[in-house]
Amino acid sequence: MPKLREVCRHVRSKQAGPFWITFDIYFDSRESFDLYHQSPALSVERFASLYGADPALVKRIPVPQLSMVKISYPRLTPQGGMVERDMHAGQQYARLLDVPLD
Amino acid sequence: MRQDSEDTIKIIVPCGSLGAGVREEEVARGFRLGAQAIATDAGSTDSGAAYLAMGKSKNSRGAVKRDLRILMTAQAEHGVPLIVGTCGQAGGDLNLAWTRDIVLEVARELGLAPRIALIHCEQDKATLKRLNGEGRITPLPPLGDLQDETVDQCEHIVAALGVEPFVEALDQGADIILAGRATDTAVIAAFPIWKGAPWGPAWHAGKIAECGVQCAENSTGGAGVLLCIDSAGFEVEPLDPGNRCTPNSVSGHMLYENTDPFRLTEPGGILNVTDAEYRSVDERRVRVTGSRWENQPYTMKLEGAAAGAYQTIMLVGIQDPDVLEDIDGFHDRLLAALNERTRQCIPEDELGEFHISLRMYGWNAVTGVTPPPSTATPPELGMLFVATAATQDLANTIAHACNPYFFHYPSIMGKELPSYGFAFSPADIPCGRIYEFKLNHVVQLDDPFELVTTEWVGVGDANESEEKARA
Repeated sequence: MPKLREVCRHVRSKQAGPFWITFDIYFDSRESFDLYHQSPALSVERFASLYGADPALVKRIPVPQLSMVKISYPRLTPQGGMVERDMHAGQQYARLLDVPLD
Repeated sequence: MRQDSEDTIKIIVPCGSLGAGVREEEVARGFRLGAQAIATDAGSTDSGAAYLAMGKSKNSRGAVKRDLRILMTAQAEHGVPLIVGTCGQAGGDLNLAWTRDIVLEVARELGLAPRIALIHCEQDKATLKRLNGEGRITPLPPLGDLQDETVDQCEHIVAALGVEPFVEALDQGADIILAGRATDTAVIAAFPIWKGAPWGPAWHAGKIAECGVQCAENSTGGAGVLLCIDSAGFEVEPLDPGNRCTPNSVSGHMLYENTDPFRLTEPGGILNVTDAEYRSVDERRVRVTGSRWENQPYTMKLEGAAAGAYQTIMLVGIQDPDVLEDIDGFHDRLLAALNERTRQCIPEDELGEFHISLRMYGWNAVTGVTPPPSTATPPELGMLFVATAATQDLANTIAHACNPYFFHYPSIMGKELPSYGFAFSPADIPCGRIYEFKLNHVVQLDDPFELVTTEWVGVGDANESEEKARA
């Protein structure tokens, strides 16, 4: 089974306002999107467990016309708070890259 | 070819944020192509709550002044409006005043006398508590109902502007509009809406261009874009002739920093792009049609920033092989030792609540998650110490107490004490306070102007000298 990075042309993460983090996962083709966007590895539950988020609050929206999936969750700690490690959440996507798509 | 008509409204978005580096030749090119206005934001919440809480800009005064010189020169030469939203990074009254003073300084230096509208949207706490009491403030997820104590915790609170106050200022002949916190989109959508463009394309164009050239294929190729809005849609092209917009790059920006790729809530409605179509007009330009605006009851989003505890940091570089072979174990042992050392050195009643963290750069500082066992040993490690306490003095005192351990703590006890590589002396760096956004709420309004005040200033106004006298 391929890793996410092998079937995507671009994966990014960023803050969406001070209270949310959003991930944009662009597959490298419509074919890859159709094959893998519903992989359990990219399900709300697995995503929530990877990032420690509450699955009930994870938003997951496939955008077939762009062959991408958008997944978002509320920050676990306040932006810029005592234990901030990634103010703009711009590095959080890296953890996804090697996730195997089953 | 370009589907220009007399009704096409053309607007330069010269950069992603004022002070980021406007290109003079790009602005000139925009005017050669027929631009009728310049619009840009000058900030956002992205970089944290500190800028609203402290009333400070993120971009330097020199950088903002440089960009304003270029834009104000073009404004005067072409007689078109210059619109700047979210002034001074956060759009509070202090941020707005800072920007106003730079604009007046540039105007004097260039011998210009623009008519300037200042649109204020900072809110006083009594008003917000009254609105909350009337049930007009509602939370957005993940936050709950607003408490008065939360309002009291905030240093400054702003309500993000929609297009209406900009439209009114344009009606009254503003040459330059400097606005407090506005939605990034509204700053750009206001001019085409004032000129009579349909709201769907105007708002969508605003969203696509809000970060300047970021909607192009090469997000570092130049700084700005030109928007051309007509009765059926809009076109976007980068102002740098070597760069290009494509349907992918443009549609991709609709998703940027949003949680919903199709619907964007703005003051007074929702931009719905579910049926939008993006197609290339030529190699560099994209045309977008099918954007819809859906009217909703008028709301403004509140942003409030609070100041919290204080932090002091220290940084060392480590190449000691004993540490590098067991980074996680070393981290845990050192952190426990630092907490114990702090409690030993500072009396409990003085110390109060405190927190120490170690961030292992080169290993797992960005996530805090333990890397898998197969992870290769890095050639070196940057170890950041962060102490948090109720005052700056206390945070400094904790750092001083921890300094010898942070400097010399061995990975293997009994060996000669190592000395890790400090980069600075003094080793401890006071960082000031932690700042956090406390509000994620909207306020319902019958009148878009209820929480907004527009003030007019010009070079040499009594108003200006009054402000100067106070400063």
